[in-house]
Amino acid sequence: MGLEQFKNRNVGQQEYVMLDLEHTPQSPMGKFKQVVKRTFKPELFVGLGVTMREMINALFRGQMHTIKYPFEKLPISPRYRAIHEMLRLLESGHYRCIGCGLCEKICISNCITMDTRYDENQRKEVSEYTINFGRCIFCGYCAEVCPELAIVHGQRYETASEQRASFSLFEDMLTPIDKLNLQQEYDGFGAVTPNADENIKKTPLAY
Amino acid sequence: MEVVSYRSVETFVQHIPEVTALGVWIKAIIILAVISAIAGFGTYVERKVLAFMQRRLGPMHVGPYGLLQIIADGIKLFTKEDIVPQNANKFIFMVAPVITAATAFIALAAVPVFPDFTIPEWIPVIGGTFVPSIAADLNIGILFVLGMMAAGLYGPLLAGMAQANKWGLIGAARTAVQFLSYEVVTGLSILAPIMIVGSLSFVDFNAAQAGGIANWLVWKQPVAFVLFLIAGFAETNRTPFDLLEHEAEVVSGYATEYSGMRWGMFFIGEYANMITISVIAAVVFLGGYSADGMGWLWIMLKIAFFFMLMLWVRAAWPHVRPDQLMWLCWKVLMPIAVINVVITGIVMMV
Ligand code: SF4
Ligand code: SF4
Repeated sequence: MGLEQFKNRNVGQQEYVMLDLEHTPQSPMGKFKQVVKRTFKPELFVGLGVTMREMINALFRGQMHTIKYPFEKLPISPRYRAIHEMLRLLESGHYRCIGCGLCEKICISNCITMDTRYDENQRKEVSEYTINFGRCIFCGYCAEVCPELAIVHGQRYETASEQRASFSLFEDMLTPIDKLNLQQEYDGFGAVTPNADENIKKTPLAY
Repeated sequence: MEVVSYRSVETFVQHIPEVTALGVWIKAIIILAVISAIAGFGTYVERKVLAFMQRRLGPMHVGPYGLLQIIADGIKLFTKEDIVPQNANKFIFMVAPVITAATAFIALAAVPVFPDFTIPEWIPVIGGTFVPSIAADLNIGILFVLGMMAAGLYGPLLAGMAQANKWGLIGAARTAVQFLSYEVVTGLSILAPIMIVGSLSFVDFNAAQAGGIANWLVWKQPVAFVLFLIAGFAETNRTPFDLLEHEAEVVSGYATEYSGMRWGMFFIGEYANMITISVIAAVVFLGGYSADGMGWLWIMLKIAFFFMLMLWVRAAWPHVRPDQLMWLCWKVLMPIAVINVVITGIVMMV
């Protein structure tokens, strides 16, 4: 393999068209002709027409671009990685996190701190879970590694706050129990693909 | 403003007896108030139109559809700190914006802005006063207006040189370049209509074009019309000739160091000049106003059209370099204007 293919930057399928640019006229007569030609070309009026067309488009055909930001928001991609959310199980309402600690292990900026203990039923319970958003780089590894889809990235990108702790406690990130019916299944970073069921194969136990 | 109108009253009051000094005073106050208000409103219209042409909304949040934005801007301008730079020539720096604003309004003294009317009798003190359409119907009307607008260029020139700022200095130099370029074209282009009408007074121009669209001078003098429009854009330093304060090149040109109301005066002067040029174009080329019925509406529409054209052009066209402006004015427009004058003269002789 040579270097040629790396030097070829025209990788796309674009149809490049060479513009037929005139050469700058050298003789006085040529310059004069150019001036006359440009004077009587309707180019300037084409420009006026374009702006008027855009104005009509904007006013009467609903093609206004403006989003009044704090009041209106553009939809963002489900793969956007904003402030984390901890999801609950839809059936029982219990939080999904099983306290496996994978997210804490994988976090490359070491900003997840968690602790677990056994509750009275000898089930593992998350006793402490915080994310230090002063350090988090929103890489999404924690969401990707989580086996339960318990920690995911939400859509909340307005993260200006008076203190970092505002977002970082487990209870803050957890879906409120009374909003459980509104909990969206996460289809973003690290989520199972829509055709995940088809990809599941029976574990070969033959050997 | 008052000085000029007062003097013109003395010279003129003998000819038309019903124009009284009180009427002229009232007219002067009306012009000052209304044109200042329109100039303020013009900034709103300009922002809105530019926004629509770029498919934006423009000012929206202060008042219904952002209408009160003008008031917000006014409050801002009046309450901002008035900064005079350390090394500036303080007196000239402070007086320069006044020149721009004052000359713009003085020019309006000789322009027919609204149709004449008589104040109803039941109003105390001023009742029954005849308010003329022109504060001062000078017999050299057009020359006076163009001269005043040209004198207004002293504002940017002095402001740019007095403020001890390199951008200001460049702005001042460009003012000189622009002034030297377009002024010849303005004068020469309007010479041909003057020859046809045989008078410099706006009232005579208006009378010469009375009686329908067919009598408009724009049909007889299309070349002069186009030349005057181009020169008018340069005169009001609008895009494509906004070399004086083009942000992309010279920060803000002559206005770089100005703040608060001094900057606001430049602004009001510019908008008043836009209105003046619109009025001149409407009266000299597009038939002006007629006293009867809906005449006032038509002249408003004509003026609004030219005002709109200035905004439209600003949204559509790029601006030229100073050398291109000089080239355009001296090598293209001036010869055309001279040829136009000569041909007009020959046609009139034959
Ligand atoms: S997004 Fe990345 S940095 Fe932030 S908590 Fe998850 S793994 Fe750590
Ligand atoms: S990876 Fe998921 S399940 Fe495991 S501790 Fe983190 S959030 Fe809980």
